[in-house]
Amino acid sequence: MKKLIFATLAFVASPLAAQNQDLGEPVPEGQEVETIEQEEGLSGSVSFEGNLDDLGIAIPAFATDRNAATPANASGTEALGVELARVITADLRNNGLFKPTGPDSLPKPSFENITSPVWSTWGVRGAEMLVHGYVRARSDNRLTVGCYLYDMALQQRLVAEGWVVAPADWRRAAHKCADLVYSRLTGESPFFDSRIAYIAETGPKDNRTKRLAIMDSDGANHRFITTGRSTALTPRYSPDYSKLVYLSYVDGNPRIYIYDIGSGRQQLVTQSDNPTFAPRFSPDGRWILYSMAVSGNTDIYRVSTSGGQPQRLTDGASVDVGGSYSPDGSQIVFESDRSGAQQCYIMNADGSNQRRISFGGGRCATPEWSPRGDQIAFTRIAGDFNIAVMSPSGGNVRTLTRGWQDEAPTWAPNGRIIQFFRTQRNTGDTSLWQVDLTGENERRLPTPVDASDPAWGPILP
Amino acid sequence: MNTRIATTVMLTSALALAACQKKAPEEIPPPPAETTTPTPTPSSSGPAVGSMEHFMQAVGQANTTVYFDTDRYNIDAEDSAKLQTQAQYFNQYPDVRFTIEGHADERGTREYNLALGERRANAAKNYLVSLGIPASRIRTVSYGKERPVALGSNEAAWAQNRRAATVTID
Repeated sequence: MKKLIFATLAFVASPLAAQNQDLGEPVPEGQEVETIEQEEGLSGSVSFEGNLDDLGIAIPAFATDRNAATPANASGTEALGVELARVITADLRNNGLFKPTGPDSLPKPSFENITSPVWSTWGVRGAEMLVHGYVRARSDNRLTVGCYLYDMALQQRLVAEGWVVAPADWRRAAHKCADLVYSRLTGESPFFDSRIAYIAETGPKDNRTKRLAIMDSDGANHRFITTGRSTALTPRYSPDYSKLVYLSYVDGNPRIYIYDIGSGRQQLVTQSDNPTFAPRFSPDGRWILYSMAVSGNTDIYRVSTSGGQPQRLTDGASVDVGGSYSPDGSQIVFESDRSGAQQCYIMNADGSNQRRISFGGGRCATPEWSPRGDQIAFTRIAGDFNIAVMSPSGGNVRTLTRGWQDEAPTWAPNGRIIQFFRTQRNTGDTSLWQVDLTGENERRLPTPVDASDPAWGPILP
Repeated sequence: MNTRIATTVMLTSALALAACQKKAPEEIPPPPAETTTPTPTPSSSGPAVGSMEHFMQAVGQANTTVYFDTDRYNIDAEDSAKLQTQAQYFNQYPDVRFTIEGHADERGTREYNLALGERRANAAKNYLVSLGIPASRIRTVSYGKERPVALGSNEAAWAQNRRAATVTID
């Protein structure tokens, strides 16, 4: 076994619940995940050279040294090992890149074989890649999860990593393992260990209940933040996941609130009688961008998250709304109807040098800058509403979806997948979907009820 | 009771006159408000003054809401006739405060529709202020596309949802 480096973690106590008119109980904050350093360097390059979606990956149950009780699973660490492999299998299957085989149709490796696989067992199953792992209960109640990726042809380990997690965060260890495998095989940045904020919708079209909700990137650990007494819309996570900004009608008017996830308390983004909407965080979390209507005229403002005077970034009689920062925080892409219809514009972060970038036909709405910086996703309105991408200069427009009304794109942390919501004609039913940049792999993200306004956060800290 | 019927008849004829006007260009300021409104008499029965029911009975339900073209927020001749009818009521009952709710149809992105609803509510408000109703009596709120009244996904339904609705504050 690898030697483990044990670090002492500072645990954040959950502050008391703050009762607010439309807020439920505060949700538990996740705890820090400690990465275990490996004692030896990693070697080997991937031998497989075909299409990744033909790549056979075997992901048998994670082994355990002894079946120990854990709050993470009522049946103990052995059953938890199966669950871990299932989560990894679902992650890798659902993004459309791989065709993994999960633990339910594979034999269970022994604890000793995790670091020295029995190649013959997996070779006969046609696997080109093999994922092994283990889970152990620690004396402090936390879990150690190890993850190993082997190349079957080379009979060699490609990469390995381990994590120490609180029992409640066991799924994060599985997502980190899926990220490790995904990154090693594709060369892309990870994205599974992340969360999504969105609006859960129930009820008839003319009396819709809209609640702020959060979930893991695979839909697990779903939690409602608001009770649904008043309409909630358009959430965004702060980059460190400590806060959510969103619009609520809780006082009867549309206003942006900053909700603190740990304390369950919230405050207005700015003390003003004017309606505020379309909130966004800057990539460094120091600014909140928002739109405010004064006497019916909407402009874009920014305010420091530590408070102070808001600064107006746009002016004029047109609707200037929304906005999304470039990854380096120096520029903002936003929408405006100053040309007569919704189009996308870029300005410097202080509001200077505003210029239109969308000339590709149709209207351009809800632009979102990719975390990689190389693309801007937007809602393209040309008859139907569809998700499209373009370069930051407005070129290379590619439409990725074909729904009747697809809107509000949000990027996966690695800039490779776009999530959005789709509204059905007539019924008004809404659901979350995601599509990759080829436009070929589109799938619905399961949610407990109808869903809109997704906002994908960065990789969890 | 008689007073209310008289008021209704008077308002209806005012509307009939207004509706006969040709569609006016947006730039022309509205005509001055009607000044010959009867003095209100407290009635012992029926809906209370300032209640939504009282407002609807007085101006007619159709006159409580103005409608807009796609992505537009200008007050056209039909809208101005309705708002003049509303202004008569609010001049007659100076203690009544009210909200103008701005709405958009579903065929728009959510945040732009919130901004569009703001424009529509404020366009109706500004027109009423130009008719002499103090701005302090008027609250505006935009619901964007969140509160449709017509549920289909077709032009007829969308036309009904692009609206500014006046609602009294009890």
